[in-house]
Amino acid sequence: MKVYKLLNNIMLMLFFMFSVEAFATSSSKLRHMKVDLSDQQSLQRGAKIFINYCLSCHSAEYMRYNRMGQDLSISGDVLKENLMFGAEKVGDVMSISMRQEDSINYFGVIPPDLSVIARSHGADWLYTYFQTFYKDDSRPFGVNNLVYKDTAMPHVLWELQGEQHLVSKESVAAVYYDPSYSDFLELVSPGRLTEKEYDRTVRDLVNYLVYMGEPIKLKRTKIGVWVMLYLFILLLIAYMLKKDYWKDIH
Amino acid sequence: MRKPIKILISLRDWVDARFPLMKIWNEHLAQYYCPKNFNFWYFFGSLALLVLIIQVLTGIWLTMNYKPSAEEAFASVEYIMRDVNWGWLIRYMHSTGASAFFIVIYLHMFRALLYGSYKKPRELLWLSGMGIYLLLMGEAFFGYLLPWGQMSYWGAQVIISLFGALPIIGDDLSLWIRGDFVVSDVTLNRFFSLHVIAFPLLILALVGFHILALHEVGSNNPDGIEIKKNKNSEGVPLDGIPFHPYYTVKDIVGAIVFLIFFFAVVFFAPEMRIPGTQGLFLESANFIQANPLQTPEHIAPVWYFTPFYAILRAVPSQLGGVIAMGLAVNLFLLLPWLDRSPVKSFRYRGRNYRIALALFVVSFLSLAWLGLQIVTPLYTWLARFFSVVYFLFFFLMPFYTASDRDKAVPDRVTD
Repeated sequence: MKVYKLLNNIMLMLFFMFSVEAFATSSSKLRHMKVDLSDQQSLQRGAKIFINYCLSCHSAEYMRYNRMGQDLSISGDVLKENLMFGAEKVGDVMSISMRQEDSINYFGVIPPDLSVIARSHGADWLYTYFQTFYKDDSRPFGVNNLVYKDTAMPHVLWELQGEQHLVSKESVAAVYYDPSYSDFLELVSPGRLTEKEYDRTVRDLVNYLVYMGEPIKLKRTKIGVWVMLYLFILLLIAYMLKKDYWKDIH
Repeated sequence: MRKPIKILISLRDWVDARFPLMKIWNEHLAQYYCPKNFNFWYFFGSLALLVLIIQVLTGIWLTMNYKPSAEEAFASVEYIMRDVNWGWLIRYMHSTGASAFFIVIYLHMFRALLYGSYKKPRELLWLSGMGIYLLLMGEAFFGYLLPWGQMSYWGAQVIISLFGALPIIGDDLSLWIRGDFVVSDVTLNRFFSLHVIAFPLLILALVGFHILALHEVGSNNPDGIEIKKNKNSEGVPLDGIPFHPYYTVKDIVGAIVFLIFFFAVVFFAPEMRIPGTQGLFLESANFIQANPLQTPEHIAPVWYFTPFYAILRAVPSQLGGVIAMGLAVNLFLLLPWLDRSPVKSFRYRGRNYRIALALFVVSFLSLAWLGLQIVTPLYTWLARFFSVVYFLFFFLMPFYTASDRDKAVPDRVTD
């Protein structure tokens, strides 16, 4: 069956294409986390952390509150009461009131907008970043980071995670991007959350950041399945049409 | 006959009395005779046309919401991705279409290398095709600046500065292209103009030329035989079949298979982030807004330019690199005259050409891969090796094709 072979080949090539894509996001140098955009509860928790901890210094200028509400099944009232603290309207984007001059005074840099941060840095980078703050008195905020050396950001989730120390006295440079970096960090004074709870919190936050980077992503893949199905049926019909026309060509 | 059909026919006749409607239809479709033995490689011409249409249509809709200013460009792309209904689909179709265009064109060109489609009497066909390819490179380069991300900005900065390496006119030339001393709002605005008006018009005109030239000389085929040499008493080539309906129904099958791959990327992997890359179709660094004060660690052009970028980097002097790169792109123009073999298709060519073509393909793909990598001494030497192979394919062609032990070509197409 020629048509069966054709379909089979297409399926095989598609499978190959996407198995490649699936492995692509895992980098051996960063701690890997599985992003699950269908986990609405995780996204809701992540949104709460984002708004409480990030959205005062960082903006998300391309993200609208009501879009988030719609996508994450958060009703307008809940949105207004629990997640919006200023005078914004639900259709507004997530901007901040901190002035850029002030940011530079506080941090030395303007904290980047976070709308598409997950698309530029990737989930694994963000996940590892939030896990690898450690105490470093030479830095302005008393902390440094293993994946982003001399980051200007304070460890805002400090009260949740607690304080980590760098155990190894070896050169810090040697442990950057090392997959076993967690061996180099030790939780000295625990925060409000256990290690497991903190890990989940960071996963929720990163999950949310990935969602925010491309709000349509989950829906996009769902629509894609139907498009593929449609095209395969169309292919079958078109192939039969072609075969019929060509039966008298030798 | 039913009444609505009668009305349609009289409408057609009314137009036909005033415009060469049936003449065009017959000359280019219903009585345009194609060899009946087209194979897989002959899908890419019609697919190139399909991608062109996709790019033009999605481009029109993107332009409705895109803002060509340094202040607003990046935000307007995200606005399209989030706030414009189906804007994300239009944008991904356009970004995927850009890469798809090059994949299709490279395969289309490779077909010509396989079956000698550039050879007499198809020299003008080949030259106009090369013209389209060169315009397409410009079109892609201009378009890539528009999202105003870091890679857009620094990619443009690097490529424009290459013109600065040319002696005497270099600095003035790159200044003239940029319109400013660095890539700026001025550059973005003019690139937008070139991307949405000038180059598309030129491409469409050349595509028209390309199709007219093709229909004048007739299509080549996998056997490299001129089907016009064997005609029946009515003047119809014995091995020819009318383009419509035979190849229209066949090309529809090809188009749907193409669309399966195309939309698989659009819906499931629009960034094409395969291992070892930062996204082949949409680079991750381009999700950071352009910042003239911060150079990214690793600037690489999009994959379809990387073979030539690898050649550029392989040459120690900058001017030499620019010349080598320009040569690498433009040597294709000379193929009809470099190739001395009387035989078109590789099916009937001797061993020389087959080996040369295989080596060329290997070096082209290797250079494409090397152009994506961060430079190391080993990679530089590999790039030099493959660059030499690349150029030898062209420079030695008059010799190895003239001395090749070609086989006898049959009179009629074989399958």
